[in-house]
Amino acid sequence: MAETKKKKIKVLVTKVGLDGHDRGVKVVASLLKEAGMEVIYLGMFQTPGGIVKAAIDEDVDVIGVSYLSGEHLVFTPKIVAEMKKNLLDDVLLVAGGTFPVEDIPTLEEMGIDKVFRAGSLTDTIVQYIQQNLKR
Amino acid sequence: MNKRPDIDQMVNRLFSGDRRATARLITWVEDGMEETREAMRRIYPRTGKAKIIGITGAGGAGKSTLTDHLIRKFREQDKTVGVVLVDPSSPFSGGAFLGDRIRLQNHSQDDGVYIRSMASRGYLGGLSRATYDVIRIIEAMGAEVVIVETLGAGQDEIDVIHIAHTCLLVVTPGMGDDIQAMKAGIMEIATIIVLNKADLEGANACLRHLNTTLSAASFEEGEWVPKVIPTVSVGGKPQDIQGIDELISAIQEHHAHLQKTDAIDQIKSERVEHELGLIFKDELQKLIFKGLKGTGRKKRYIENIVKGKDDPYSVVDEVLKTYIKTKE
Repeated sequence: MAETKKKKIKVLVTKVGLDGHDRGVKVVASLLKEAGMEVIYLGMFQTPGGIVKAAIDEDVDVIGVSYLSGEHLVFTPKIVAEMKKNLLDDVLLVAGGTFPVEDIPTLEEMGIDKVFRAGSLTDTIVQYIQQNLKR
Repeated sequence: MNKRPDIDQMVNRLFSGDRRATARLITWVEDGMEETREAMRRIYPRTGKAKIIGITGAGGAGKSTLTDHLIRKFREQDKTVGVVLVDPSSPFSGGAFLGDRIRLQNHSQDDGVYIRSMASRGYLGGLSRATYDVIRIIEAMGAEVVIVETLGAGQDEIDVIHIAHTCLLVVTPGMGDDIQAMKAGIMEIATIIVLNKADLEGANACLRHLNTTLSAASFEEGEWVPKVIPTVSVGGKPQDIQGIDELISAIQEHHAHLQKTDAIDQIKSERVEHELGLIFKDELQKLIFKGLKGTGRKKRYIENIVKGKDDPYSVVDEVLKTYIKTKE
């Protein structure tokens, strides 16, 4: 029986810092739910430490961070550092939102596995997650 | 994924309070991994000591914000707290939007609080099938109090009585009159009825309905009589929050009542009986379907029933006869 059961994909979606724009992240959360994933929505105003602690407690496969207000280069290294500190090496880290396209390589260098800018197609996001889980 | 997990190591890490091992063991249970049984066998002896509080009620009644206050109060008493938050799975996609954790942000950095969100995964009754074992895992991790919040419940999602020692039912004004309060089901399982949003219009009438209904119900001597506690769990100023101390006192009073009488033993044995039934059901079903696998019989049975040549009861009788010798 056990081998026929497909493991559920668990995703934590969140916003960090003082960014109060949660429309996009809620849309993405709904789309992931409709794609059959279990989505834990952490809400706005989170800290990097709180996000990583929640990811540990919830044993998620993916952390998705939504950025809009230009703090992506500030918070990304802090989130990555918290993940490293907690040896969270089997969790996929993705980011989405609105930011300059030239920042994408920087974000990836900082440790984001994949960046989705506003306008990304649902299928693209869902397929990426399904095909790139780290465990 | 392919390497066999080391059950011993995981369980020992759990006993030492390791959050990642705790979290992973819970995932095993949720996903029905075959290692679960062996792990639970080892975990079981370490459980049974925590105070388990269930919170149920309709979606939006304030279960999560009340949970937030309860966590705060128990942390003030220096107790370690585990929290299980159940939300519904989609009947269409199987996905879920688990949004209760957002109300518990005050505890996001507190190592004395372990919070886990769970999807119901099609299990009826207000919980998920895994909840029973998940509570045990959280207990074995070291939580002294475990709070279990059901998904938004209506009238009959009462499974929380099978796991909690103290059941809070959260209601709000404007949800009906005394006739609603008199109905069987969820209204009967509460040890404490929390009338939340008690600052809204109609709260006094609602309080009256609830108290009238309770006073008309019959209780045996020495039996716990449910209390109604009005609360306001959200407010702009701290003084807007009301009734939380009274709620905690009522919970403690109920706990003392359980200790004083033998009610706690009765609750425990009822829980075990219920859970044994569930496990038997699960395991027997697995066993029977496994036995039919590859024989073509399952398909034939189904076809015959669909065509009206057979009925489910006769099929079950026939199959059971080959597996179980019943005492005649």
